[in-house]
Amino acid sequence: MFVLAAYSWDFSLVPNYLNFWLKGLGVTLAYSVGTILGGMIIGVVCGMLLLARTKWVTLPVHYYVEIFRCTPLLVQIVWFYFALPIVLQIELPDWFAAGLGLTLYMGAFATEIFRGGIISIDKGQWQASRALGMTWPELMQNIILPQAIKRMIPPFVNQSIIQLKNTSLLYVVAIPDLMYTGSIIVSDTFRPLEVYTVVAVSYFVILYPLTLYAARLEARVDQ
Amino acid sequence: MTSSATPNGAMVRVDGLRKSYGTVEAVRGVSLEVQRGQVVVVIGPSGCGKSTFLRCINLLEEPSAGTLQVGDRSFEFGPGKAMPHGRDLARFRSRIGMVFQQFDLFPHMTVLGNVMSGPLIVKKMAKAEAEPIARDLLAKVGLANFTARYPRELSGGQQQRVAIARALAMQPEIMLFDEVTSALDPELVGEVLDVMKQLAADGTTMIVVTHEMAFAHDVADHVVVMEAGQVVEQGPADEVLLRPKNARTASFLARFHSTIGERKA
Repeated sequence: MFVLAAYSWDFSLVPNYLNFWLKGLGVTLAYSVGTILGGMIIGVVCGMLLLARTKWVTLPVHYYVEIFRCTPLLVQIVWFYFALPIVLQIELPDWFAAGLGLTLYMGAFATEIFRGGIISIDKGQWQASRALGMTWPELMQNIILPQAIKRMIPPFVNQSIIQLKNTSLLYVVAIPDLMYTGSIIVSDTFRPLEVYTVVAVSYFVILYPLTLYAARLEARVDQ
Repeated sequence: MTSSATPNGAMVRVDGLRKSYGTVEAVRGVSLEVQRGQVVVVIGPSGCGKSTFLRCINLLEEPSAGTLQVGDRSFEFGPGKAMPHGRDLARFRSRIGMVFQQFDLFPHMTVLGNVMSGPLIVKKMAKAEAEPIARDLLAKVGLANFTARYPRELSGGQQQRVAIARALAMQPEIMLFDEVTSALDPELVGEVLDVMKQLAADGTTMIVVTHEMAFAHDVADHVVVMEAGQVVEQGPADEVLLRPKNARTASFLARFHSTIGERKA
């Protein structure tokens, strides 16, 4: 307690690095948006594939999802950054290799969210649409998806919030996001407590309004 | 209702129809003919295969064997025989209206939207053309003032009447009713049966699976009794319902006879 009480907080150095902070913030947001969008596309495609009747289509997708759900994200990021280029014998741009693990991770969860949304729709909706004479694309577009998407939004927003926090793991492959930027400033200022406090507050300021929004969305969908 | 008939004059002709799920055979060789404008009522104990049989007629279930003719389309089922699929199957179904036990209205659409859904989505009709048709049908089922409501705001009986209007909006050649009053509170059954009686009086071709024996007696031209996936008796409504020849029909009907008597008196 003595030590804590004696520490004199000094945030005066923090504003000197405003440019760094903003760049770091930009990188974090760019990776968040990029990997969420990429994951969403994967989720829609793989989620659709999971609806197929043949095992040859659903099984590979199922394994993809389970592999990414059952290994730590940190391991995935490191593996895609260092190992994949060697395995494939190709050179990937650093920024791309770093984001790949994050994107595939988001894709795995988005796939489950998409599939869950579709299968949550009552069987009666399918049979009523078919009985009217709708083809599969017609009933998907007009009957199933409009209802399912409403149910997919809250879990998807939740997963996106987690995803934004997960971008901080890019620290390990030296991508200059908010977290990594913080570590650079620490080595410059020797003020880790102040700097990491600012990092934490920054994440909170971005995410807290988002969680409020997610809660409101959930309440609306429940109606 | 403009429509085409099968070569032998019947609107629907089913011969030796079978449907099995794995080793369980739900429908075991049913044959039936329905003439244009005829109302056929199918009765029988729960699990006798009557709903499955009905669902085979618009191919919601794929029959395992037998033949089916609806209008000018005919199909043969069995190993190696190709089922219609995709757009062809959808087109075929669009000519047959079906109403379900649980209504299955589209909850994200208004009442009017539900009734227009077939014409708009399947027939690609313009909204300006579909809307008056839908409004007329809603008036016909007594729901002219409910067009802007959502299904969840309606009672079960009202929802079921919307479902009937939705099916009619496709101007089907035949209507299939699958236990449409079974999920309703008793006081709401009448309003749905009244709509169906009106349809029958208008000359709509109908196949009705029901437990409403009084309705069957009043409206049916032809009654089919099913048990364990087979037809055990069929004939004119009065004959089958009041003077059944088959012992199993008689015992099944025994508990309903008071109701039929009441209506008749």
